Amino acid sequence: MAAIDISSVGKIYNGGVRAVSDINLDIKDGEFIVLVGPSGCGKSTLLRMVAGLEAISEGTVKIGDRVVNQVEPADRDIAMVFQNYALYPHMTVRQNLEYGLKNRKTPKAEIDARVNEAARMLEITQYLDRKPRALSGGQRQRVAMGRAIVRKPAAFLFDEPLSNLDAKLRVSMRGEIKRLQRRIGTTSIYVTHDQLEAMTLADRLVVLNGGQIEQVGSPLDVYHTPASTFVASFIGSPAMNLVKAELQSDRLAIGSSQISLNGYAPTSGAVTVGLRAEDLRVVSSAEGMPFTVEYVEELGSQRLAHGLVGDQAVTIALSGEAEITNDMRIAIDPSKLHFFDAETGKRLEASVPAKAPAAVAEPVA
Amino acid sequence: MYRTKFSDHLVLILGSLFLCMPVVVAFMTSTHTAADIHMNGLSLAWGDNFIATYEKVLTQKGGFTGDITGARMMMNSLILGIGFAVGKIVLSMMAAYAIVYFRFPMATLSFWVIFTTLLLPLEVRIMPSYQVMSDLGLLNSYTGLIVPLLASATGTFYFRQFFKSVPEELLEAARIDGAGPFKFFIDILVPISRTMIAAIFIIMFVYGWNQYLWPMMMTTDESFFTLMRGIKSILQVWVGSNIPDYNEAFALAVLAMLPPVAIVVIFQSWFIKGLTESDK
Repeated sequence: MAAIDISSVGKIYNGGVRAVSDINLDIKDGEFIVLVGPSGCGKSTLLRMVAGLEAISEGTVKIGDRVVNQVEPADRDIAMVFQNYALYPHMTVRQNLEYGLKNRKTPKAEIDARVNEAARMLEITQYLDRKPRALSGGQRQRVAMGRAIVRKPAAFLFDEPLSNLDAKLRVSMRGEIKRLQRRIGTTSIYVTHDQLEAMTLADRLVVLNGGQIEQVGSPLDVYHTPASTFVASFIGSPAMNLVKAELQSDRLAIGSSQISLNGYAPTSGAVTVGLRAEDLRVVSSAEGMPFTVEYVEELGSQRLAHGLVGDQAVTIALSGEAEITNDMRIAIDPSKLHFFDAETGKRLEASVPAKAPAAVAEPVA
Repeated sequence: MYRTKFSDHLVLILGSLFLCMPVVVAFMTSTHTAADIHMNGLSLAWGDNFIATYEKVLTQKGGFTGDITGARMMMNSLILGIGFAVGKIVLSMMAAYAIVYFRFPMATLSFWVIFTTLLLPLEVRIMPSYQVMSDLGLLNSYTGLIVPLLASATGTFYFRQFFKSVPEELLEAARIDGAGPFKFFIDILVPISRTMIAAIFIIMFVYGWNQYLWPMMMTTDESFFTLMRGIKSILQVWVGSNIPDYNEAFALAVLAMLPPVAIVVIFQSWFIKGLTESDK
């Protein structure tokens, strides 16, 4: 177990393509960090640099007190879980688990003890003598995790480990990974493109975009105060509505509708306004913004109404029983508005600091 | 669903007869005496000379020097076939490993150079190869018979394609598990290539077994004779009023067929397994 210190790390591939630039990240001992971002944002590259599978072009990576830039993957004291499991197909589950330890010349008794313990923890004891091909996807993923656990490494690295599983299994494996990490207490870095996975697993979330860090913070932090329009649209489901608007002193104009801000305006002029679908509510009075419904998604517990405010697309989340008519009026508490610079997309802080996030806003949609 | 009709079976039966009959005729004819064959031609009926013929072919010393038996020739052919197959597999696997997993200058170029040699048959370089072996004093030796033909573009090509299809993560997992290049090759790559190895073994064994020109060039000592040359020499005795020992030639031909057939049958199950199971 160890802290991981990533400072000014960058990756430039042959041919000058820059995949990752200037990443600074302090990971505390035992912390569960999730790197999240769209495909090609550099999250896997960053993880692979920590693992030693990619050379580090710039900066340093420290695991514990040791700079590991030039250290072979096997000697970095890390274990990795891959998306496609990467189990050795010709070995039994037991041999798969043992392989890394054998290469380290661990005594036989010790190997047996660790393998049995990991197998018990992951409930794969009855499969130990099977080949990976005789296992289901979820079982293979457990074996892959077992292979990481038996090593007792300083850090676990997960590279989209649940992407190959079906939706239901993914949810239960997610819980298991979290429980396991809590129990073992090993520092973990987890890469995913699934924001839900990121929200539920992370102690701290790192949102990456275009090879750079957009925001680092606890899941609720990131959810309630997204640092940019990119983060706002990436975290949370349904995605935050981002609409173009105009700030005129204390009033916000979205198309032809006006919202009174009660002193929350951070600036004036053109801005991008973020509205969480679940913060929007239907009102009967004429004060609300006119909202034309285009179609409705039924989620059971929720109904998502997609429609237009003026000519801009907006989605609102309503309770399962809510009535939906073609033309409605919607309103939002001004303190729940997010303001972003119209050009850079960076967050603009409201002049009256927003109240502490209300507990009712659940991150899991 | 498609229902098999009688005509389908008929086509299949005719096809298999077409393929099998020559072998059956050869086997049946080999059980007759030479004089019988000379008088009555090929035969489909069982003769009564089976044991005598095959015993003679396998154990009787023949050739010009008079000390080469069929069994000995068979052993030579086996040594050649297995030597070829094993040697080629070892060599081409290592070559493909280097080409696929290591970055060295001109790796792609060297692969294509190896690949183009596929276009050159053995016969093109047979004289220089002979010269080299002769200078090294390796004529009339198993080494001389086997080593010059070991480099295999076909094998290298197949293994390269196979290695390229092995998922990258397997290598990465092995690296994290502390396996160096040598351990990865032996512990991971060789075992998962076993179906490929079986396929190449079949091809290369038959190739080695059927070699005729090269052994003829390389060996003058009859103790190195292969079955292929033995069959030929039986038919060369047409002098005076001698009747060629057709029965022996047929018997030898049938015997020469057995090991390749056995190899194919044995390795086929592996081979099919490799095609139907996705192991990777």
